[in-house]
Amino acid sequence: MIAVLAQADGFFRDRSGSSCVENNGVCPGWIADHLDRYVDPFLQHVWLVVASVTLGLLIAFPLAVLAYRRRWLIAPIANVTGILYTIPSVAAFFLLLPITGRGPLTAIIALTAYTLLILFRNVLEGLDAVPEEARDAGRGMGLTERQLLWRVELPLALPAIMAGLRIATTTTVGLAALAFFAGAGGLGEPLEADKAFKSNVLVAGGLCVLLATFLDVVILLAQRWMTPWTRARAAA
Amino acid sequence: MDPREGGGMTTSLAFLGVFGDGIDFLVRERQGRGGGNVGGLQQTGELLWGHIKLSIAAMLAACAVALPVGVVLGHTGRGGFVAVSVANIGRAVPSIALIFVFFAWFGAGFFNVMLALALLAIPPILTNTYVGMREVDRELVDAGRGMGMSAWRLVRSVELPLALPLVLAGVRVSAVNVVATATIAPLAGFADTLGDPIINAGVYGDEGRVGAAMLVALVAITTELLFAAAQRAVTPEGVKLSRGGSRQRSHFTNRRVPTTP
Repeated sequence: MIAVLAQADGFFRDRSGSSCVENNGVCPGWIADHLDRYVDPFLQHVWLVVASVTLGLLIAFPLAVLAYRRRWLIAPIANVTGILYTIPSVAAFFLLLPITGRGPLTAIIALTAYTLLILFRNVLEGLDAVPEEARDAGRGMGLTERQLLWRVELPLALPAIMAGLRIATTTTVGLAALAFFAGAGGLGEPLEADKAFKSNVLVAGGLCVLLATFLDVVILLAQRWMTPWTRARAAA
Repeated sequence: MDPREGGGMTTSLAFLGVFGDGIDFLVRERQGRGGGNVGGLQQTGELLWGHIKLSIAAMLAACAVALPVGVVLGHTGRGGFVAVSVANIGRAVPSIALIFVFFAWFGAGFFNVMLALALLAIPPILTNTYVGMREVDRELVDAGRGMGMSAWRLVRSVELPLALPLVLAGVRVSAVNVVATATIAPLAGFADTLGDPIINAGVYGDEGRVGAAMLVALVAITTELLFAAAQRAVTPEGVKLSRGGSRQRSHFTNRRVPTTP
């Protein structure tokens, strides 16, 4: 049922004879009646963003920890992720198409590649900013290097890591609007299908902004919850 | 259905073949699916020039707005919250949505696409200019003031030279983004960009699509490298030294766009 959504201008609008709709205007009535058409693209959009950012973190995080220990790795990793970050996503989709074919896989690979630089940079900056005294205290308590990482360094690096996660997430919400080029749906699909219709552009674009804002707030709240000591310090 | 996408794409030779065809399209003219001739150096050059023209126009417009506002806000220290949240809001609005907002409200064509791209480019430049100006050592500003410098002189001789690397970092982020987004300009009625073969593969064929995608990627990377070089060139020697000495993380300080905490 939804699969045929947004395939043609005609389908997207019922010819209700409303002058507002025919003049491509902003029509609250039309929007209220047709919001359900955006549900599936919206969910696809959420899925693309969550999958890409999660995958990005799973790749960037070990890379950053590795580079944190072996400093010479920073430059090559930063350069490679920098190039991936620079390649326009539309170009990346079509360069991947011959290899991975149309569908969410292609979109998720390109979007993941895009998050790597942001996440790598922020995890590394967070780890680098851990005070030497905290590390020494941990070592003095007899922590192994691994315990030091998980119990001292990572918790202290969390604010920077979460800041990177927020940037990566909002950026990916925007880029996922281009995922329809790779045949992966998302809010870009209805957006493009009737781009002269103001109501449509407003709803599809607005949902992207809402999603970005919502995810941003969720991550911010998660960060507050995970780092209660920063609150205590701010209050003191 | 595109025959290339179906089968035969699994061997590495065929895989190279698609990209080889793409390069071939860029340099050699051939008959397109619509009948007319497509590809070849002349058309590639025209599309490339259209792409660059659109990007430069948008960047000039964005700089004309963002630089003065950023400098004034940074110098006076007012409106910091606005300057920084502009970057966050800018990130949340998808570039394609902005382009279609301009298309739906103001219509098709070069000028409207250019305005949408300019709007897209403003936040990173504005935020970085503001932060760059604010991050200038207050003692240096006070010293300048103590020497009797006027506000204009202070901006021109002290604050701006020291802020320039960060300002250029913002321009660099925006320029790469504008070059990338100019690819979808044909969707909003300005067809003379490298996005045209990508979007209208029905006319140009799949070789055109792959070839143009490769060229767009190349243009974006070149833009990034050019601005990175410019950024290095304008960084005052003293700043380079102090950064190299006290920080190990100079890879990243160059391309950061600040966010609100």
